[in-house]
Amino acid sequence: MSKLYSGAEIVFKCLQDQGASHAFGYPGGAVLPIYDELKNFKSIKHILVRHEQGAGHAAEGYARSTGKPGVLIVTSGPGATNAVTALTDAYMDSVPIVCISGQVPTHLIGTDAFQECDTTGITRPCTKHNWLVKDIKDLAKTIHKAFEVATTGRPGPVLVDVPKDIQFQKTTYKNYKKLNKSNSKSYNHFSKNDIDELVNLIRKASKPIFYTGGGVVNSGPKASELLRELVHATGFPITTTLNGLGSYPADDNQFLGMLGMHGTYEANNAMYECDLMINIGARFDDRITGKIDEFSPKSKKVHIDIDPSSINKNVKVDLAIIGDVKTVVASIIKTLNKKKPNFVKSNKQKTSKWWKKIQKWRSKRSLDYIGSEETIKPQYAVERLYELTKNKDIYITTEVGQHQMWAAQYYKFNKPNRWMTSGGLGTMGYGLPAAVGVQVAHPNKLVIDIAGEASVLMTMQEMSTAVQYGLPIKIFILNNQYMGMVRQWQELLHDKNYSESYTAALPDFVKLAEAYGCVGLRAKTPEELDDKIIEMLNTDQPVIFDCRVDKEENCFPMIPSGKPHNQMLLGPKDQKEKKITRKGRTLV
Amino acid sequence: MTNLKSAYSFSSKKQKFDTHIIVVWVDNEAGVLARVVGLFSGRGYNIESLAVAEVDQKLNISRITIVTTGTPQVIDQIKLQLKKLVPVHKVADFRREDKNVIFKEMALFKIMGNKSKLEKAFKACKKYDAVILDKTNKSIVIQITALRREIDSMTKNLKKFGLVSVSRTGAVAMTRGAEVFK
Repeated sequence: MSKLYSGAEIVFKCLQDQGASHAFGYPGGAVLPIYDELKNFKSIKHILVRHEQGAGHAAEGYARSTGKPGVLIVTSGPGATNAVTALTDAYMDSVPIVCISGQVPTHLIGTDAFQECDTTGITRPCTKHNWLVKDIKDLAKTIHKAFEVATTGRPGPVLVDVPKDIQFQKTTYKNYKKLNKSNSKSYNHFSKNDIDELVNLIRKASKPIFYTGGGVVNSGPKASELLRELVHATGFPITTTLNGLGSYPADDNQFLGMLGMHGTYEANNAMYECDLMINIGARFDDRITGKIDEFSPKSKKVHIDIDPSSINKNVKVDLAIIGDVKTVVASIIKTLNKKKPNFVKSNKQKTSKWWKKIQKWRSKRSLDYIGSEETIKPQYAVERLYELTKNKDIYITTEVGQHQMWAAQYYKFNKPNRWMTSGGLGTMGYGLPAAVGVQVAHPNKLVIDIAGEASVLMTMQEMSTAVQYGLPIKIFILNNQYMGMVRQWQELLHDKNYSESYTAALPDFVKLAEAYGCVGLRAKTPEELDDKIIEMLNTDQPVIFDCRVDKEENCFPMIPSGKPHNQMLLGPKDQKEKKITRKGRTLV
Repeated sequence: MTNLKSAYSFSSKKQKFDTHIIVVWVDNEAGVLARVVGLFSGRGYNIESLAVAEVDQKLNISRITIVTTGTPQVIDQIKLQLKKLVPVHKVADFRREDKNVIFKEMALFKIMGNKSKLEKAFKACKKYDAVILDKTNKSIVIQITALRREIDSMTKNLKKFGLVSVSRTGAVAMTRGAEVFK
């Protein structure tokens, strides 16, 4: 007779067979049998977080920086509900994570038992799929299926709810062989005709633009390489979304910067005036499109996405190509090279006017800001951080708010999987635990969380995790004492009524760092900034860096509410000319 | 409302709402109906009626028939979002006006009254394949199968004959002819 394994053992056997190296988690009554088995599975390292939301974001950071699914283990009831924010965040940004949650024993389900909640009910709308395992025989099959669902197609979070009695019961386990089910086969639904049609559009366009998103990153490093090749082969300009940053090198001349609400002047104007828009792995999010009725009115729109439900959801497109970015782009390059070898040269004339126009927009220098010698401008802080770290292979996470946008605008990424930010859900408190997850996956790399002081306090407890495991993450706080983005909107849209956006009793971040057992640094003037940053980089411990910045700096450029792409607010000089309308004010 | 255009909302262009019948084949497992219905409520789609039952005991397949209204864009989204659910096998979509599809709903009417009223009530129902399921001196229970609007009008008509209780199903649908939806 073959060996019998307990449910708890099977959980780890499955994780092992799936190649999981780490699990982020927090023990509790309903997962005790699982934690009891942990000692017998040395290949899986458990990272004890301080709050289940932190486990979720850490798993996200792990997944985004490696391309592999992140794993978290939480207990029933509050353990599961605490993970909901992270699951929703992963769902919005298509991050593959697998959550194993404990549940009260099957015979107690439905009796309002201690720490019972309807976990599968609560997480149904924020996971790709979830399962409640009621039979030990289904456990292994379910966990393997969960990994498959999380990682194929458009990736996303899944949850497997395992009642405590199932964790004790025993059954056999068959070693699982991972089917090499690549995305290419079952998720590509395009024909040669679609590609031909796109190549024809490319040949005809005189004002083209590539608009690319997180789908390129999700498709793997090869997709980013191919994208580079395609963009160079066409000579077209390219802009990326917040989550697409890094999929195309930011210092390349064809790159127009990020687009959208806080995107560059050239990117947004090019989107507005283009005659061909090629969307690769982005989803026409409302922060990208601005006023939808006037979104890119003159263009033919092509949408390449692995998720058929993304097509025509927000913006009607002329040509949809459903498939994995990597495969589709490879196919476009092949067809283009065959039909029009040397296209980039022969087509140069056709797009030269367009490029001239783009240069004109560029000359507006929309990311310029007014510098200062007394106070540290937050943009300057990010610029200096970039200059001092650009030669390292660095991973950046962020929280949510002004600092996030400044990081996106002033930090230049050249590789995919180096930029982890909460784009869809906009979760304050994402960056610190995400940095923990990134550092776990890349122990010898530099990991920096560009943070705001309000956001970082939401998950500050995870510093304790970083210290416990010797994870030398750097928390670079742009401290302006305000919830900066809230304050900015209140200034621009609510008659400067700064309702509850000022934090009157902030902790002393340097002392806080010391209390956690790590290093605290502070910079108050531009003069000392570089030295302090270098000190931070040279510290082989977790660091909380309290960077005191200008309290009232606003994040520009900005597409105000109720306006299309071609009506941006630029820096302070431009503001007087384009007031936000009364109507716009109500439409946040 | 046309001048209240928003940067962060859908087009304010008024589009016509169509009625569609969406048929979904799903694994008959715990929570599957909640997934389908939750998708509708979570994304703000309408459900006018719903009928669900297992149709294949061997393969454990249930068939869900949903009557819904929406713009063409919304109907497309409904189908595509449904297809993304793991337990969903296939999704069919019919316009209510489609002549090639049979739609039927069933209703039970309880009528109370004297003999002549009960007879009149049954007579009125006759054209909808009426069957008497239960009969006492004072009451009858009639079953009819018909279209939604026909049942609507019957519930109005039967009031005068002593209708005291109505129970009805959602619509179920099937294509005409020898073809099967794949």
